[in-house]
Amino acid sequence: MTLSPSHLFFWLTVLILGGPVLAGLTGVVAGAMGHVPGLQNAIPAGDVWGAVWSWPGIGRSVTLSFWTGLLAALISLASATLIMAGWSGTLSFARARHWLAPFLAVPHAAAAFGIAVLIAPSGWIARALSPWLSGWERPPDLLILGDPLGLAMVLGLIVKELPFLLLMMIAALPQAKAATSMALVTALGYGCARGWLLAVFPGIYRQIRLPVYAVLAYSMSAVDAALILGPTTPPPIAIVILRWAADPDLSLRALASAGALVQLGLVLVALVLWRLGEIAVAQLGRSLAESGQRGSGRAAEIAAATLAATSGIFLFGGFAVLALWSVAGAWHFPAFLPETLSFRVWASHGAALVETGAATLLLAFAVVALALALALGSLEAKPHRCLLTALVYLPLIVPQVTFLPGLQAASLKIGLGSGALPVGLMHLVFVLPYLLLVLADPFNALDPRYRTIAAGLGLSPARQFWRLRLPLLLTPIAGAVAVGMAVSIGQYLPTLLAGGGRLPTLTTEALALAAGGDRRVIGAYGLAQAAAALAPFALALALPRRVWRNRQGMLHG
Amino acid sequence: MAESLILKTLTISAGATPIVSVSLTAAAGEITTLMGPSGSGKSSILAAITGTVPDGLFATGEILLGGQNIATLPGWKRHIGILYQDDLLFPHLSVGGNLALGLAPGGRRTERQGRVKRALSEVGLEGLAARDPATLSGGQKARVALMRVLLSEPRALLLDEPFGTLDSELRSQIRSLVFNHAKARGLPTLLVTHDPQDAEAAGGPVIRLR
Repeated sequence: MTLSPSHLFFWLTVLILGGPVLAGLTGVVAGAMGHVPGLQNAIPAGDVWGAVWSWPGIGRSVTLSFWTGLLAALISLASATLIMAGWSGTLSFARARHWLAPFLAVPHAAAAFGIAVLIAPSGWIARALSPWLSGWERPPDLLILGDPLGLAMVLGLIVKELPFLLLMMIAALPQAKAATSMALVTALGYGCARGWLLAVFPGIYRQIRLPVYAVLAYSMSAVDAALILGPTTPPPIAIVILRWAADPDLSLRALASAGALVQLGLVLVALVLWRLGEIAVAQLGRSLAESGQRGSGRAAEIAAATLAATSGIFLFGGFAVLALWSVAGAWHFPAFLPETLSFRVWASHGAALVETGAATLLLAFAVVALALALALGSLEAKPHRCLLTALVYLPLIVPQVTFLPGLQAASLKIGLGSGALPVGLMHLVFVLPYLLLVLADPFNALDPRYRTIAAGLGLSPARQFWRLRLPLLLTPIAGAVAVGMAVSIGQYLPTLLAGGGRLPTLTTEALALAAGGDRRVIGAYGLAQAAAALAPFALALALPRRVWRNRQGMLHG
Repeated sequence: MAESLILKTLTISAGATPIVSVSLTAAAGEITTLMGPSGSGKSSILAAITGTVPDGLFATGEILLGGQNIATLPGWKRHIGILYQDDLLFPHLSVGGNLALGLAPGGRRTERQGRVKRALSEVGLEGLAARDPATLSGGQKARVALMRVLLSEPRALLLDEPFGTLDSELRSQIRSLVFNHAKARGLPTLLVTHDPQDAEAAGGPVIRLR
């Protein structure tokens, strides 16, 4: 059998999706047994684990990660489900879904900054209520940001995970035959929301199970949201691992590896619990369906509208306040708006922002270009679909913080060092899955008869790809590029660990500055981060309209 | 080029179960009709000839074109033109772009444009080369689709219920246009249909699948 270019791309894709995770986990296991590259002698494994378990606050870190992750995933899924149950199938929903992609694009860190300036004791919500309602003349002495229970962090996670799950559910609708099922159960006298939950949701959930697991794993191990909104004494386990991994004292790398294994175990336990929960809920749903009780589901519709509006307000409101802070001069506490305006921050950080922004976008573009070639090549190869589906979710479900420390060690060992190349490769591992996820459906939806006709016209497979499939898919490809760039721009941990501080991006800079607590600077960086991620989306919308302005079949097809 | 398209016990199977088996000779310049109820394997036979048998099925037997067994060639080297019920013009290309796509590569630009222009005027569509295919009427699209496949100089023509979506007046008009062009070029043509009127109009041998 000859190896066509597309087969080569397919196996490269398999390698990129699977290789780093496996290499990283191997490195983590070695590290946890005390083998750290750069250290002369291995540390006895017992000492490593002893140090981990005696680390101050470690027990609370573990519990914190566990329960905030479960809570965030649970609320995200429940909210997404309620929104779909109460709202899908309506005209306003069809319009609103176009707003989901930008929601998804906003980096976690930027969204978290926005939430921080809203809910902090001196934040906008407190200002809006002060002093007329609350009586506060000074910011109240409340621990809202970084509350010990991690509720602020949970909120930050939900605002980002909710649109992701919604998008996944929408994508699953056609296969779940939602419209037909709905017509059927409505005819049986079920209200919209209840009918949707009983008849459509099971089919949807079956398809989005892996994305849900990814959300759960992510919520339990997120670093950026935790750094901005999470508790500090003690922080979630992911942050503890990060501190160990980034510490100049190499012996702490062994602790980072051991911690990564703890995190991995935590996620596995949570996944098992979640699976048990699935079974229980399914049982409950069946008995509810068999009971035959009808209900209007009005409550679900109201809840759906409230939830969608709340998360929208948190995201957009957050950005409005970030924008205000970035141009605020004097802005004392109870004042709702800045007393004076000043462009001092933009003037002093402008040049650095442009430079870092350009580097961030350039890196994202290079990574996405490579990922796009790999994704399209793999899809052309008509791959072993099961293998690809499983592998696509591997880097999304195995938490970054559990394999990146091991990978860091491995890349040091093979002399890859740190800098643009390892950072780009790391981004590729996380960008490629999203491109494959976004492109697979449009690619498979192309009428297969086009292929037959083109072959009949004598077009070689390569010409069919360049002249037909590529232009026919321009619109989804532009969208996929935007998603990919947003993913790359939002990466924090891989950039930090593989870059070794030598490749600052908007995200790493923003998080570094966050420690300083200057809201004006944070506002500017948060905005720049979001703008960098959203700009490709604007282009992705505009480009097909421009290119296909004389091709009706491409705009409405 | 007076080549016949000959199917020698062309058999499509799913695993070990044969679905359909057929032997026939479609003579050059003649319209051979393949009739049968849906599910009788008509589409699978066409897919075997174009080299696009779907996953899970496989074809055995010989497909001879001018004495050469093309069954072993990849689809794009077989030069089998096909017309479907839908026009399936490529929506991203202009009318002229659709036609030029089928032209063999090479030749001067003006020469290629000239051939596209002549093909359009042959079917009464002068001056439409720059148009967006989405703006054409159903009859116009069908004619563009016909000229696209003919310009690619196929060695045989397959018609997969190509007149199904046209209303009755247009139907007979397009039908005779397609048949006349196929006969005039001496193409062996295989028509798959379940409409007896199509078979009658084709005027060639009729093979019934069960």
